[in-house]
Amino acid sequence: MVLNNIEKLLEKYENGETSLKEEQQLKNYFSQETVAPHLEMYKPMFAYFLVNQQEQFTKDIPLKTKKVFNYKWISVAAVAVIMLGVYLKSNLNNDLGTINDPEIAFNEVSKSLEMISKSFNTGTSTLQYLDEYDKGASTLGYLNEIENTTNIIFKTNQ
Amino acid sequence: MTQKEFLHIVMPFKDKVFRLAKRLLISTEEAEDATQEVLLKLWNHKEKMEDYKNVEAFSMTMTKNFCFDRLKSKQSQNLKIVHSNYEDNNTSLQKQVELNDSVNWVAKIIEDLPEQQKMVIQLRDIEEYDLDEIAKMLDMNNTAVRVTLSRARKTIREKLTNTHNYGIK
Repeated sequence: MVLNNIEKLLEKYENGETSLKEEQQLKNYFSQETVAPHLEMYKPMFAYFLVNQQEQFTKDIPLKTKKVFNYKWISVAAVAVIMLGVYLKSNLNNDLGTINDPEIAFNEVSKSLEMISKSFNTGTSTLQYLDEYDKGASTLGYLNEIENTTNIIFKTNQ
Repeated sequence: MTQKEFLHIVMPFKDKVFRLAKRLLISTEEAEDATQEVLLKLWNHKEKMEDYKNVEAFSMTMTKNFCFDRLKSKQSQNLKIVHSNYEDNNTSLQKQVELNDSVNWVAKIIEDLPEQQKMVIQLRDIEEYDLDEIAKMLDMNNTAVRVTLSRARKTIREKLTNTHNYGIK
């Protein structure tokens, strides 16, 4: 009865029509010590399947947590650096400030204008030496007298 | 996703990945490398893992493709994978030297099968997957899987019968 059943299952098995449950039944049958002599050749096959099921992978897997560099943060850093640069630059700018009180402002302006005129005057004072030159040039006016006389001479010649 | 969560997902099927890789690549070392590679690939794309409907089936497909790539590069390099790992340390089997020998025969027979049949046998008879799942993993349709499975099983049985009866009949 059991043998009959097994034979039927084997036929189905060879046609690939057995369910997993039926295959389990076959495996159980053939893992017995004694099987029907005419089915002896199936034994190593099922034994092989069962043995192979137990083989395990023993090598360990080196899982590395890959650091993904986030380029988003580069832009953030760049903006920060630019902002810092602008801030420092505006601080370095030598700002003279403004004067709010008009009277003080007027005084300040006149003071600085006075300073300008004073230094301007010292500049012009050195130019007075040019007057000497004028004097020298004026003495050359006598040369005109010579020219006059020569003119007279030439006229008489003509 | 933390390492712990990842391992929690991967642990149940890492052995299956390994065994499939070994079925295709035969050498244990090669299979270990392949498994490592597949799992690392999964880890590196862990953000996408939530999108996969079935991580296990996806990994099996990945393993299949990876192993095919390996085999292709092996062939082009004209390298042969050397292996000597037929030993199965099952106590009940070691009692019977004769049977142990025939188990090795099964290994050899399966090794000689075409790759498609190898994979189907591995996934069905060893890992006990549903036919639909296998179809999805191998990118085949259900009937094709059934036919391949049937052919593989018949071949194994025929060859086993031959060896079994060798010298007797």
